[in-house]
Amino acid sequence: ERGHGPYQPHEPGYGLYQPGHSPYDDQIPDPKSRTLAIENAKAYLLKSSTTSGLNLYDHLANMLTKILDEQPTNAVDIIENISKDVKWAHFQKKMDTLRDEHEILTTFEAAEKRKALFLKENGEGDEELEEEIGETPLPNVMETAFYFEQAGIGLSKDESYHIFLALKKLISVQPIQTCRFWGKILGLEMNYIIAEVQYHEGEEEEETEEEAVTEEGAKWVGEVEDEEEEKEKEDESPKSTYKPPPVIPKEENGTGANKYVYFVCNEPGKPWVKLPPVTPAQIVCARKIKKFFTGRLDAPVVSFPPFPGNEANYLRAQIARISAGTQISPIGFYQFAEEEDEDEEVEGGRDTYEENPDFQPLSVAEMVDSLSAWVHNVQSILKQGRCVWLNPLQKTEEEEENEEEEKAEEPDELPQELQQEIGPPLLTPLSEDEGIQNIPAWTAQPSTNLIPQYAVAVLQSNRWPGAYAFASGKKFDNIYFGWGHKYSPENHAPTLPPPVQAEYPSGPEITETRDPTVEEELAFKAAREEALATAEEEEDEEGAEEDEEEDD
Amino acid sequence: MEASSLPAALELVSGGGAGLSPEKRAVLGSSLLLLQRDYRFERVWFWGCIQGVCGAYYIAEGLGPDRAAPRSRLYSLNCVEWSLLPPVTEEMVTQAGWLKGRFQGDPSFEYEYTERNAEDAERLFEDGKEPIIKEEARLVATIEQIDRAVGIIPRGAFVKTPLGSVSENRNFEGLSLTEAKRLSSYFHFTEPVNLKNKTLLEKADLDPSTDFLDSLEHDIPQGSWTVQLEKGGAVVVLRSLLWLGLTFYHVPMTKQYGYVYFGNGEKNLDLPFML
Repeated sequence: ERGHGPYQPHEPGYGLYQPGHSPYDDQIPDPKSRTLAIENAKAYLLKSSTTSGLNLYDHLANMLTKILDEQPTNAVDIIENISKDVKWAHFQKKMDTLRDEHEILTTFEAAEKRKALFLKENGEGDEELEEEIGETPLPNVMETAFYFEQAGIGLSKDESYHIFLALKKLISVQPIQTCRFWGKILGLEMNYIIAEVQYHEGEEEEETEEEAVTEEGAKWVGEVEDEEEEKEKEDESPKSTYKPPPVIPKEENGTGANKYVYFVCNEPGKPWVKLPPVTPAQIVCARKIKKFFTGRLDAPVVSFPPFPGNEANYLRAQIARISAGTQISPIGFYQFAEEEDEDEEVEGGRDTYEENPDFQPLSVAEMVDSLSAWVHNVQSILKQGRCVWLNPLQKTEEEEENEEEEKAEEPDELPQELQQEIGPPLLTPLSEDEGIQNIPAWTAQPSTNLIPQYAVAVLQSNRWPGAYAFASGKKFDNIYFGWGHKYSPENHAPTLPPPVQAEYPSGPEITETRDPTVEEELAFKAAREEALATAEEEEDEEGAEEDEEEDD
Repeated sequence: MEASSLPAALELVSGGGAGLSPEKRAVLGSSLLLLQRDYRFERVWFWGCIQGVCGAYYIAEGLGPDRAAPRSRLYSLNCVEWSLLPPVTEEMVTQAGWLKGRFQGDPSFEYEYTERNAEDAERLFEDGKEPIIKEEARLVATIEQIDRAVGIIPRGAFVKTPLGSVSENRNFEGLSLTEAKRLSSYFHFTEPVNLKNKTLLEKADLDPSTDFLDSLEHDIPQGSWTVQLEKGGAVVVLRSLLWLGLTFYHVPMTKQYGYVYFGNGEKNLDLPFML
């Protein structure tokens, strides 16, 4: 007997069988047909899908088991996702013939390096302990980080501690007299952590690097000389009148912009790399370009004007500019050393200072209110790119010889009026700093208004966003966290290429004269005829006069 | 970033050097909670801090049941007292785009707007109003611009229900490490612009419940995001180069993510020169 299955549309009785409204409902339903309906339903649920091989019955059973095991809240809202997860889990085999190879993630390697920082080197004995407890160039990074944290500036404590240990490692490797955590510069792929260091006197390594930069002028002159030798018999090709601007030599290590040596690393745990000293040409060029750092020291800096160096040099130049502009200290902390023969006209001003043993710190309120309570303690960099002005036109013997040979050179091309550039002397107060438009150069705030007794005076630079300084009692420090660029309210306008050089001087021999126009020619012709006519008339007159005279 | 996860999140974004002092952190824990009670927000996000010359603005955003609806924004000068900002209008955004320079730090400061061209000036003078823009309006417009341009979320963190409202995806377990390093796994949390330009083939692969926003892949200019692994690879940090100061963090394989802005509030228009 066929059960009361779902009626197909073509069968009579379709649409008549409504549950609860059938005319046969008052009859006791056939238990057999009920069971059969259940069996049919179950058979339908057990039917395997042709695409995935699963069947709905098992799937529902698994899903309900999972829900009852995990008991998520509001299961009905996420039922579809649970269903998806169950299906997904079905495809992950538990037993596999291939063994899972543990992924060597880069994160594990990085963790190894960081752990290495915390290991104490073995086999050094008790001597090292004594040395460490005594005077050490290692700065107390955590203490500085605490003060800056009061102002909301700084890295997380974890990272600060890692940097602390990395600096310790640096000191144990290099002969360092003073060391300071200068700051962090962000980059595109990686960041830079920078340490400012001063070597023990006399322990610096000699610079063996050769300058990779070849001047264009030198090349030009070389080529022209070759040509001359080849074409001795032919006409001399016009010599290049291009004189490259004189190269301004960089400052000695230990003075001026190169007073400190900088080490960088990408992450604490990675080896420290020393940055090369900075040259004035690099500083001058760095002022004209604005580029992000990539994080790799050997990356080229593609810019116009072309930067003489790679990213390591650009980084060093920016560090020099930032230091010169934003390293400050409370007034009175540093003083000039008393020299016996004080020359009033010391060139470039004094560049050394020493700590003042009688320093009396001002209160936090005073440090915040007036900017004259702070002074710069790094020499500012002149336009030339150096801290101490150097006249590049000082004639050396070679130059004098060349001048005699090349008398044809126009002497008025040399800028004779190079005036000595003077910058603000060391230890000038911040109130002399000029602001940008109507914004002061520095913003001073106490770290908290609620507890003024223990507040810290904090200064933020507006010219170099990211440069901060704090002072609290006798302690103070500077730090930089940022991208390494100066603030300018105007958009960056790249320098235009220089105008095309004149190939040759324009003189009367070379310039074409303009051909006379037809009117001019006719006018000239008419003028000539007039002149002839008047000349003939004069002759006639003279002839007539002579005749008259003869008559007499 | 979520107000509830503020302390942990601040640790993760501190790689850029900017953060909050312990005082502010302490007070935010309570004041954001009170904001939630007073304004009946479902979620409160600490948006960040815009540094002015004389002071700083701390910004919070409140979200309602539909997370993609326009958010209420509040600002405070000390993280204790919060004031609601007016809703943003397109006019505010265009006017703020003309202003240059730093924020002052005083909400009632009025900028004198110098006319760009005669047409704009005529239009403004027609209304009989003088072209003055208050710093409050500039603040709202800047926050809106930043959210629109660089407010991002990981893919799968939010789902769109069939009714059109957006809510958090409770099944989101975090991106894997490989996914987290790709820009295509992050979406702008704002009205999609490029979505309808995709070809039908691409659209067929998308899941309409999770892929209803623009991804970061096609941002112009290319390279305006930096993706870095910090803390030895434990957290993925994205920093925007267009709005310097916006930092997004995500710990892979966990539900922790968020973005915060610590900066000047100025767009980096020199970006093409700097890349």
